[in-house]
This record gives sequence, C-alpha cells and structure tokens, in this order.
Amino acid sequence: MTSLRRFFPDNFFKHIALPDGHPLSRLPRLGVRLSFYLTLLAASAFYLIPIYILVMTGLKPYAEANLAQMWQLPSTPSLESFRQAYVTLATYFKNSIALVIPATLLSAFLGSINGYVLSKWRFRGSEILFTLLLFGMFIPYQSILIPLVQTLQRVNQAAQALGVPESLNWLVPGYGSIAGLAFVHIIYGIPITTLIFRNYYATIPDELVEAAKIDGASLFGIYRWILLPISMPAFAVVLIWQFTSIWNEFLFAVTLTQNPVIRPITVALYNLAGSYIVEWNVQMAGAFMAALPTLLVYLFLGRFFMRGLLAGSLKG
Amino acid sequence: MSAKSIAFRLFILLGVLALILAACKPVPAPTPTTPPPPPAPKKLEIFSWWTTGGEAAGLLKMFDIYNAKFPDVEIINATVAGGAGFEAKVVLKTRMLGGDPPDSFQVHMGRELIDTWVVNDYMEPLDDLFKEEGWDKVFPPGVLEIVSYDGHYWSVPVNIHRANVLWYNTKVFADNGWTPPATFEEFFALAEQMKAKGITPLALGDVGIWASVHLFEVVLAGTLGPEKYNGLWTGETDWGGPEVKQALENMVKMLEYANADHSALSWDQANDLVIQGKAGMTIMGDWVDADNLAKKFADSGWAPPPGTQGVFIALSDTFGLPKGAPHPEQVKEWLRVAGSKEGQEAFNPVKGSICARNDCDAALFGPYLQSAMQDWAKDAIVPSLAHGAAASESWVTYINDVMTVFVTDLDVAKAQAGLLQACKDAEVCK
Amino acid sequence: MRLNWDRIFSILLIVPSVIAIAIFVYGFIGWTGWVSLSNWDGLRPDLSWAGVVNYIKLFSNARFQIDIRNTIVFTLFFLGASMGLGLGLAILLDQGIRGENIFRSLFLFPMSISFIVTGVAWRWLLAPGDPATGRITGINVLLEKLNLPTSRWYTDPTVLYIRPESGLGQTLDLIGLDFLTNPNFGLPLAMFSIVLAATWQMSGFVMAMYLAGLRGISEELREAARIDGASEWNIYRHIILPLLKPITLSVVIVLGHISLKIFDLVAAMSKKGPGFATDVPAYFMFETTFQGDHYSQGASIAIFMLISVSLLIVPYLVYSTRTETKV
Repeated sequence: MTSLRRFFPDNFFKHIALPDGHPLSRLPRLGVRLSFYLTLLAASAFYLIPIYILVMTGLKPYAEANLAQMWQLPSTPSLESFRQAYVTLATYFKNSIALVIPATLLSAFLGSINGYVLSKWRFRGSEILFTLLLFGMFIPYQSILIPLVQTLQRVNQAAQALGVPESLNWLVPGYGSIAGLAFVHIIYGIPITTLIFRNYYATIPDELVEAAKIDGASLFGIYRWILLPISMPAFAVVLIWQFTSIWNEFLFAVTLTQNPVIRPITVALYNLAGSYIVEWNVQMAGAFMAALPTLLVYLFLGRFFMRGLLAGSLKG
Repeated sequence: MSAKSIAFRLFILLGVLALILAACKPVPAPTPTTPPPPPAPKKLEIFSWWTTGGEAAGLLKMFDIYNAKFPDVEIINATVAGGAGFEAKVVLKTRMLGGDPPDSFQVHMGRELIDTWVVNDYMEPLDDLFKEEGWDKVFPPGVLEIVSYDGHYWSVPVNIHRANVLWYNTKVFADNGWTPPATFEEFFALAEQMKAKGITPLALGDVGIWASVHLFEVVLAGTLGPEKYNGLWTGETDWGGPEVKQALENMVKMLEYANADHSALSWDQANDLVIQGKAGMTIMGDWVDADNLAKKFADSGWAPPPGTQGVFIALSDTFGLPKGAPHPEQVKEWLRVAGSKEGQEAFNPVKGSICARNDCDAALFGPYLQSAMQDWAKDAIVPSLAHGAAASESWVTYINDVMTVFVTDLDVAKAQAGLLQACKDAEVCK
Repeated sequence: MRLNWDRIFSILLIVPSVIAIAIFVYGFIGWTGWVSLSNWDGLRPDLSWAGVVNYIKLFSNARFQIDIRNTIVFTLFFLGASMGLGLGLAILLDQGIRGENIFRSLFLFPMSISFIVTGVAWRWLLAPGDPATGRITGINVLLEKLNLPTSRWYTDPTVLYIRPESGLGQTLDLIGLDFLTNPNFGLPLAMFSIVLAATWQMSGFVMAMYLAGLRGISEELREAARIDGASEWNIYRHIILPLLKPITLSVVIVLGHISLKIFDLVAAMSKKGPGFATDVPAYFMFETTFQGDHYSQGASIAIFMLISVSLLIVPYLVYSTRTETKV
C-alpha cells in the first residue's frame, strides 16, 4: 500500500529497469513458466523417490529385497509383505489410535486455554512464565527417561494407595499404560501448543477482548463466544502437528509400555526388524503403512495447516 | 454466560472424551499361546529381543512347553527389536533402575551378565535350581564357569552360538578350485586370487561397528591362540605386546580385502554379497546359517576362520531371576523349561543355534548345526568379545570406539594404545 | 468483583501446566544436572559429588570433539539447504502455478513421516556400493547412468580440512591460528548424506512457512513497486525478503533445535559412521548411557546439549518478548 512506500527512499525504484506495469506481467513469459514447471517436477521427483523405494521393496519377495536389485521392479509384485506387515501391525494400529486421538485433543485444548490466558489475561511475569514454559520444548528426551519412569511408577503407587478400582486402572496415567504415554505426550506438548495458540491469539486485537469485558463477559465467556469460534486455523495447525508428532514418536513409546499388547505402532514397526535377520520387504511395507495415516492427514488437511500458518500461528 | 453453564458444558465435553477413551480402549489381541483370562491370572513376563523369524518361533515353542505344564499362567512376551539388543537394553535398564524388573530377561552369558547385573546386586543366585536339575553335569564346564561368579550360578544358558565361522560360496569356490584358508597366509594368498577375478575377498557389513569388532575378536583368537586370547580378558596377556600388534596388522590386511561400503551394510547384507557370488567369504557367527536358509541359499559352505581350528568362540543367550521379580515362582519354572532337554531341543533347531546342554539329539538339527555340535564337544571354548561374554559392556564400548577409528585410519600403533587404555579404563589392566 | 474472580480463575487455569512443566522439565533437568556432577558409573546409582570433572573429561574426549564439529557442520548445511530449497519452492509456488495445491501437498508430506522411516529409506538410497568391483547401488546407479560423479555418501570417512603444510595452513600458523589446521575444524563428507535426508524431510515445512508469509504480503505493495518500475527480481530482493525476516527467525529456531538434538535419523541411517563421521552428541549420549552404563558422562552430554540449545533459543525468546511488548 502506498503508506508503506515511505519506508523506502524516494528514488528507490526509479533506477531499476522498467517492464510494463500491466497486471498480467505478474505471470512470466512462457519459457520462464516452463522452466518453473520443470523445476517443480524435478523437486517432486526428489520428494517421491524414497516413497518409491519403500513401496517397491515392499512389493518384492524376501530374496529380491536387497540393495543390488533396489531399482528393479519386482519380478512378481505381490502384496504379501503388505499383508504380513498388516497382520502384525493391525492391533498396534488400534493402540496408536487410542493413544493419539485423546492425547492430541487434550493437548490442543490445554494449549488453547494456556494461549488464551497468556495472551489475553496477562499479568506481571506472565511473559517470563511463557518463556519458561516454552523452554520445555528443547530438552533432549533421552536424558530424562530414568526420572520419568520413576515418576510414573510413583503415580501407579499413588493410585494403588488411593484404592483405584481394578476396572479403572487403564485410566491411571502411570507407567506401562496407554494413559501414561498419553499423559507424557500431553505434558511435553504443552510448550508447542501454547506457543501456537498464544501467537495466534496475539493477532486478535486486545480491544475486542476489552470491549467484551466491559460488556460484562466473563473469562469463560470470552473464550467460548469470541475466541473459540475463530480458533479453527490454530486448532488445525496444532491438531495436525500433534497428531504427527505423537503418532511417529518412538522413544517414549518403547520405554513406557511394557506389555506388548498395548504398544503403539512405532514400536511394532521397529520390532518388525528382527535382531539378527531383517526382512527388508516386510519392514519397508510396514513402514509405508505406518506412515499412511499421517501422510493422508497431510495430503487432505494440508491446506488447513497452510491456512493456520497464514493466520499467524507460527509467525514468531 | 454463567459459570454454571460453563461447568455444565465442560462436564459434557469431559464425558464425551471419556466415552472416546472407553471406546478406544485397547483390546488385547489373542495370541496362540495365551489362554483366556481366568479368575485370578498368574503372569510371567519374559523380556527379550527375539522379535521375528526363527528366534521368535523358538521362543514361542518354549512358551508352549511352559503353558502345557502351567496352563493357568499368562505369558507376556515383552520384546524390543534391534541387533544385539541395543534398544532392548535401554528399556531394560530404564525399568530396572525405575524399580520395575521384568520376571526374566534375555542376557548374554559372561561379563555382560556379571558386570552389569550380578556385581550390582540385581540378580538372585540359582545354585539350588542348578543342583535340583542336575545341570552341573549337563552343561560343559566351560559354560558353567562363564555363568558363575563368586561361587554361585546366576543364569541358565538356553543356546550356544559360534562366532568364529568362515562362510563361503561353495559353487564359486568349486568353479575356481579354491579351498577355505586355514592360516592367515593362505587367506591373503586366496584373497589376491579373488581380487584378480573381480570378486571381493571378504564381505563385511559393519554398520554400528559391532561386526568389525566381531571380526577383530576372530583375528585375535586366530593370532593369539586360545590361552593368550583368554588372558586378554583377565589382564594376563599384555594388550601392548607383540601378539596384539600382529593381530592388528592381520586385521589391517583383512580390511584391505573387504568391500569399500562396509559401513553402509549390515552383516546380512554382506552375506547377500556371498550369496550373489560378488564376494568370496564372510566371517560371521552362525546366525548366517539361518539367513541362508531363509534366503534358500543352497551353496553355503563353512570352515573355521584362519588360525581358529579347534577353537570355539562362544556366546550364549541366558535367562536369570532378577531381584524383585513380580512372580518368582513362575520364573523358576520358566528357568527349568529353558534349561531342560525338551525346551532346548524345541528352541534351538528353530532358532539356528545349538543346545547349551551336551545331551541334545543331533538328528533334530540341520547339517551346519550338527557339525557345530560336534565341534562344541571337543573344541577349546573361549568367550566372545563383541557379544558380551568376554568383557563388560563398559569395556566393550571403549573397544568399539577404538575400532571405529581404527577401521578408518588403519593406524596400528594408535589402535594398540587405545586398546591398552581401554583395558585400563575398564580396571582390568593396571 | 467479577473481574477479580476471573483473574483468579485465569491463573488457576495456568497452574496445572506450570506444575507439570516444573516437574517434568525443570525437575528432570535438575536431576540430570545432579547426575552430571556425580560419580555414577555402572548400573547402581552413585550420586556422590564429583564436581565438574565429567565436563572436563568430556571436552578432552576425542569423540566428543568430533561430535561438536559434526553438529556445527550439520546445523549450518541443514539450515542453509532447507531454507534455500524451502524459500525457492515457496517463491515458485507463489507465481500462480496451476496445480499449486498438488505440488504443495507433495512437498509438505515428508514432514508427516517419522525420522526413523526417512532414515531407513535414505540409507538404502545412499548406499554407495563398491565401485572397485563394479558393484554400484542406490542413487549412484542413477548418477552413473547420467555420467555424473558417484559418491561414497555416508561410508566416506574423508574429512576436508586445512592441511598444515598447505599455503593457507602456513599462513594461519604465522598468525597463531594453527589450531585450525586440524580435522576437528574440517568438513566430514559423510555428514552431507544426513543433511540430504534431513533436508528432504523438513524443507517442505520451510516452504509452507515461507508460502504463508508470501501470501501475507499484500498484493498492493507489490503493485505499487511495479508501478514505480521495479522488476520482479528487485521486488523480491528489496521488499519481500526483508519482510520475511520474522519467518526466517522462526524457521531458524525450529530447525536449529531439531538439528542440535538430532538422533533418530542418525540412528536409522548410519549410526556413528566411519571414524565417527556422522556421530552426534545425542547418539554418543545414548551409547555411553545405555550401553556403557556411564550415566554421569551421559548426563553431562545431555546438559551440554541443553546449554547449546539455550544459547540458540534464549536470545530469540528475549528478542521476541521485547518486540512484542513494544507493539
């Protein structure tokens, strides 16, 4: 807009070459456009090659799934490895769903509340608090495994001491349960979800909230009636991000679940590799299938992610 | 908007979430060996890294034998994959430190068991069990020695794997009139002939470095002989001495005959090279046999690597009883199965290893394993380095670091100094 | 009266998160810090005081010095490549290309895959084979067909560094900077394979960020510049790129902290690599803690990683809070 021109020195643009200012000059000429498309196609090939390897190797029998024949098409493409991988992974798929959906929803909800309070109900020291909260995103998770396990053990012991009935045991967020794993993901998701929501709500003018307060709206009222309805872009970013992170996460999944029956799919996928013998075709097929949910989320919901970014969720 | 209606809505939301959680509650998948849960289920949690193939199948067979005797016990098959149990050890150690031991876990016999678990007082001694089962007569003295410490027995060996085997492609050898080399000189001469024909003499796949450490222990044993090799682990043999130097120099020459992309391949991908005829030999443990069978490779030949005729470098998977195991009675019964003739005969042919006991029926095993059983009965038994028998894990990681650099720069003096320092850091050498 | 209740409620809403982070982040960091200052070596916890001796031993550890070098190299090239590729693709897509949605989804989807799967796929792609025997595998097959030079990728132990005997080396020696003629200040070629895989994974994210930023720059601004006679190229250089600075900052933060903690990808691809060429602190920490049972050494590596991430993050956080209170 013309008002921004005052940031640039007066003759700034004059000394540069003069193509016509016709709106259609925005679309470069045919040769240039062709080179654009070629570049994009080359980039697409770059992004697709690893998937090609995953799928192709998965379609091969064990004897052909080796480096020497990597690029060759399978002699008899068969879905056998996919079937084998599926049979192994099916239960764990359900476990991952049981883990990821509650954890994602709850951590998004929590991040939204936190972001709301930290952006619209600031108090003395709330910025410092936010910074301290944010710092939690950066710790290396390998280094806190042992105290984490010990703490979750204590949760189990506390639940036992409180006399939680056997049937509700699966709800106790302690060591060795999906609830415990979800609990851990929700906690370590607090920094990033709070960041995204806070940045997003910061783009909503404070005057709006102030006016609502003057009109008599309460803490919950403002959230429910003003912010929540327009939070969809931020929710999109957070839900997609958290879904992906938690679905793909391996370290906590392998350390905090002992009974294989409740393991998430990342551990089962890892276990498709034997200790001495790796059936590469089954592993690649399994890897592809385990990646499918998040892949589909990005393919179909990617534009909501984009919209959320546009609305300033991660703009800094 | 009143607080009451907010609370009401929150309540509804939580209720919906709880319903989602309830609907998604993981349903235990029925496994073939787990019976339907009885009124007061007894459990047994077995922790291992046997996740696929023959290893998993063998383990399940042992579970079957156990459940035939104790149908009311639910066996939890807690496995974590990963070569040599790296990932599994992370989980295991985290749990043990967190005060949540599994009922029994797979652990390599020897220093790995002793220095990691026994010395730190995490295990219960098994002397009574050994006496009751008469195992001191059935396990060879070499094995009994490796699973004891301070006058007690600490774990039950299920199998024996041999580390020093030279595998080759019999068809390639026959076509060229070659025979497996018995000494290092013969090996290098043969390697020259292979190179001239465009065949990689030695296939090596050492991603993660352990396969090179494995190769090195075979070269050490072949250069030093069994007594001096054993002396390395007690401090009697000098790591700075001329024999170790000779072993390192042999190793340099072997590496020069290995494929250039060894750090990109795992051992089974190196075996692929032998199967495809692109490489002549590979030196690896006897799990190669299982790999060959899975890949339906019929032209597999085996021989003792140079200098190790009459030497059996052994490693073994064992199970013990950790302190504070939730179901010690069930574990004792499990250990009985693991050490029994029936259990070992069910497990080992499928797994691709031989029994730790010396009274298993040879007819159950394939041709390679039968020859291994014969060697096991008469060879000098020495512990493996790369697989936890000869040295503590801490010492092995020091040696791994030295080998990681040595394999790249082939600097013998530097490596020897590093190995000597590693021995001192492990507090075995002075 | 209402406002006061709301104030209290608002703080109560935050309290659970604060407590959780206090325990699960700061409490655990404190535990790790304490262990790093202790003598714990072996499977029995030994929390007796040892002072900073672990840190002193760590910095004189040859492997750790290599790790630091590798991290710096990886961070610089990973950030550079991802940002370059991401920005380039974003600009391309911003031109009003047909099928923009398809391309965008395509470039974004690698982000959805876990680093472990990426590592396995790229380990195969970049397996070099053995040119000496004519056995070529992976990408090298394609490179050879196109008559391009093949590479040893992550099996390459070569480290490019300034040799002391070279001209540059001797000059440095004269001005007292001869310590730079050391492999610890070199470029490990194997690391570029890891950079390639990581860039493949994250450049789509960078593209999405920049695309969102580009869309946020109003068309009228560009129109005004065009009316004044600026070419497209100069519009980008002098207007658009400077306006994307906040996004660049966010991208640097997100990618930077991923690269400082990188572990899954290295473990799945090449582990420590030939001569530790692809070793990183997180991998060293993992091995030394859970394989070697050297818990205090592992903890000191963890604290080091934490401090290095803080050095990156804290200035950014301070800067962003300050600019925000300004607005």
